[in-house]
Amino acid sequence: MPYQPVKFYQTGTYTVGNRLLAPNERSVQSSEHRSNSINSGHRACQGCGEALGARYAIDAAMLASDGQIISANATGCLEVFSTPYPESSWQVPWIHSLFGNAPAVATGIAAAMKAKGKPQVRVVAQGGDGGTTDIGFGCLSGMFERNDDVLYICYDNEAYMNTGVQRSSATPPTARTATTMPVGPEPGNPFGQGKNVPEIAMAHGIPYVATATVSDLRDLEYKVKKAMGMHGARYLHIFVPCPLGWGTVAHDTIRIARLAKETGLFPVFEAEHGEVTGVLKIRRKTPVEEYLKPQKRFAHLFGKHAHPDMVAHIQDMADRNIRKYRLLEEEAG
Amino acid sequence: MVTAAEMLSVAAFLEGRFAQAFPSFGSERMGAPVVSFCRISDREIRLREPIMEPDALIIQDPTLLHQADVFAGFKDEGYVLINTTKTLAELDLDSLLESCSPDRICTVPATEIGLKHIGRPIPNVPLLGGFAAVTGVIQLESVIKAINGKFSGKVAEGNIAAATEAYQIMLAEKKASGLATETTGRA
Amino acid sequence: MLKQIEGSKAVAEGVALCRPEVICAYPISPQTHIVEALGKMVKGGELSPCEFINVESEFAAMSVAIGASAAGARSYTATASQGLLFMAEAVYNASGLGLPIVMTVANRAIGAPINIWNDHSDALSQRDSGWLQLFAENNQEAVDLHIQAFRLGEELSMPVMVCMDGFILTHAFERVDIPSQEQVDAYLPTFDPRQALDPAEPISIGAMVGPEAFMEVRYLAHAKQLQALEMIPELAKEFKDVFGRDSCGLVQTYCADDAETMIVAMGSVLGTIKDVVDEMRADGHKIGVLGITSYRPFPLQQVRAALENCKRYLVLEKSLAVGLGGILATDVRMAVSGTGLNGYTTVAGLGGRAIPKASLHKLFREVEKETVDKVGFLDLDWEAVNKQLERERRIRHSGPIAENILHDKGIASAAKFG
Repeated sequence: MPYQPVKFYQTGTYTVGNRLLAPNERSVQSSEHRSNSINSGHRACQGCGEALGARYAIDAAMLASDGQIISANATGCLEVFSTPYPESSWQVPWIHSLFGNAPAVATGIAAAMKAKGKPQVRVVAQGGDGGTTDIGFGCLSGMFERNDDVLYICYDNEAYMNTGVQRSSATPPTARTATTMPVGPEPGNPFGQGKNVPEIAMAHGIPYVATATVSDLRDLEYKVKKAMGMHGARYLHIFVPCPLGWGTVAHDTIRIARLAKETGLFPVFEAEHGEVTGVLKIRRKTPVEEYLKPQKRFAHLFGKHAHPDMVAHIQDMADRNIRKYRLLEEEAG
Repeated sequence: MVTAAEMLSVAAFLEGRFAQAFPSFGSERMGAPVVSFCRISDREIRLREPIMEPDALIIQDPTLLHQADVFAGFKDEGYVLINTTKTLAELDLDSLLESCSPDRICTVPATEIGLKHIGRPIPNVPLLGGFAAVTGVIQLESVIKAINGKFSGKVAEGNIAAATEAYQIMLAEKKASGLATETTGRA
Repeated sequence: MLKQIEGSKAVAEGVALCRPEVICAYPISPQTHIVEALGKMVKGGELSPCEFINVESEFAAMSVAIGASAAGARSYTATASQGLLFMAEAVYNASGLGLPIVMTVANRAIGAPINIWNDHSDALSQRDSGWLQLFAENNQEAVDLHIQAFRLGEELSMPVMVCMDGFILTHAFERVDIPSQEQVDAYLPTFDPRQALDPAEPISIGAMVGPEAFMEVRYLAHAKQLQALEMIPELAKEFKDVFGRDSCGLVQTYCADDAETMIVAMGSVLGTIKDVVDEMRADGHKIGVLGITSYRPFPLQQVRAALENCKRYLVLEKSLAVGLGGILATDVRMAVSGTGLNGYTTVAGLGGRAIPKASLHKLFREVEKETVDKVGFLDLDWEAVNKQLERERRIRHSGPIAENILHDKGIASAAKFG
């Protein structure tokens, strides 16, 4: 008698792409009507977190705005791999101006739409951590201060990846980059006080600030939708692992992102007008080693010339985040 | 705040003449002596150099005369109008004024007149009224029109009263000292 | 309507008549009065629909203009000197993308040493950016050039810089004929962009262009400027029909017909030069003037035609190509190359130093006699300069140059009063 395999469906889970959910609970990406704003054929690396994050974010923004989006994109990986001469993978109106001015260009587009009486057309700016936390920082702050009607999305892969993995102000301590080599008494990126751009955005008091990650894609879509339902300056900071720059395996991108969240190193939260309104709790607290070990950029912390003190320091940072943002279900005292 | 030079240029314009007013090319920080210039002509003014040989000087603050060399290039028969309540002797300007024609040097208490009619110690507008009377380069009517172009209501009224009083004082002084009447001239 | 008005205010009124939709402004002397006046008009509702944005830097100003223009809005900004340099990357970006932004440059010297007064170094530092550059002789021309600039820029889809001398023009009160809205509307139609970011027809603007096509794209910027050489005189002619006056164009000549000596210059100094030339003509000198209004595109043909019949020419410029000589002079030399004409350069008025008639009388006579330096510096204090050079020869730790010169000059003038 022929053997008939039985197909087994998970009907109730919220895994992305689950079409067995009620229509209104499905993710944007699971819909065959999704915009494919950044279409296939782009030249991102295998396992690129940024390509994943951008696709989810922009398609969600398109749905939320009835397809009325204009995007300004800073120089960087996304810009380069999405428009490999002479092609473009964008199906939305899109402009790349310079490295440091995406927030200002977006401000200009928003002003033009207002002057022309087209308030339904929404503006989304995109940039990497380099273009956002460093060279574009002045323009970003200006856009925040004026409360311009722009959603700015930062794809944070924690270094200048496009130019060959150089350190940015978003690079975490101890990480190896081409300009913070794992040599000398303090190998890798030095311990500093960091530059917490989501907190800085909150300090500007803008209507909406959120962090998101490619390990929680539904949460990412939800946050984009929520942001698009508001007007004024909004900031979304998305954690996007870079297999090439971080020295991780291409198929591990989502898992690495999840570990960043579960260790507490990347807190996932949202805030309105400077006050935290929601937090994605850690499901299972994880020691930072589990996050650091799979990444070659942290390899010098382990092995023959290990630096347990530096790892302990990183664990402190994670614990501080957990306390600060209340990332664990049970709270002390 | 409109400088006297600018308002003078407007008055000349209202009489159908060409006028060019501009600030000094020196330091512009607050508190530094400020000099502004005005050229008046019946032809289009193309010249852009600072005024090297003034025909007239309007001194808003005589205490500055020892700091800024406003008399450089000044023509001997030029007019000097000084904002002060003191007499020329009391001002101790003999050395600076020795080559000027005495009947062309006049004083007017413009700050006090300004305070009286406008409520603020600003000598600009009264000085213009006085200038009109002393030199005849512009008419009082034009000064009044210029005031109305810039101000309105009570402020305009006050400025007009101030300009008129200064004009009348200087006109009376002129008649009293037998000054020659001039109806042309360049500032 | 004739007005006695400050240059900046006149320009603001002229720009407002052009119905800009987005104005972005960062303050810098001596442009401030222009953007303040426009800001007031927008806030008060006089200029509408228009968005006025107070940006956080000049780099942001040009970037906002880029976004707005790319989205199809008529965009304007103004700057000078340090501000122009701060936005330099965006300046090249705007012309590279072919966006018809109009920008006023209130010409001011570039530091160090910091100096707020007029010369042409700022605009000329961007002469190869692809922006068209037009220089106003007086405030009437400044107003008229802005109106023509919007029209010119939008037809070509290229950005235009309108240059006017800082303080000398911006802060001068003089008679200007401010056109009516009807006149400007008749001359300048609504902005119909060649390219626009529009959700109805998505396009990607600003992608990388490799070696396979970069030269062609760059050449097209050049081709457009060559087109402008034809278009500028046509637009000036049309301007005359609508507004009733001769204004702008590529170049202007004065007393040039039988001139043996020609003086070439740009901007407000042309006014002073014309007065001097009138006086010298009255004395029998055969001297004339060539004023250049369109610096980019540089009107090689017209400059050559104006100069080729004279015996010698002097370029009097408010700019210095450090290590070479003149900037304008180099372009003029190219125009007359092959003619064997004797050309002289005098750098004058840097950092706002006055250019007095008396000095020009002396200088022009030296040019006639051909006794002037090939590259000269008007009214330069050679004593102060040589003193500093000698100081540097003697002492290694000679200190900051600017402070030394000021110190020397200070001591010299204090000694005068003893």
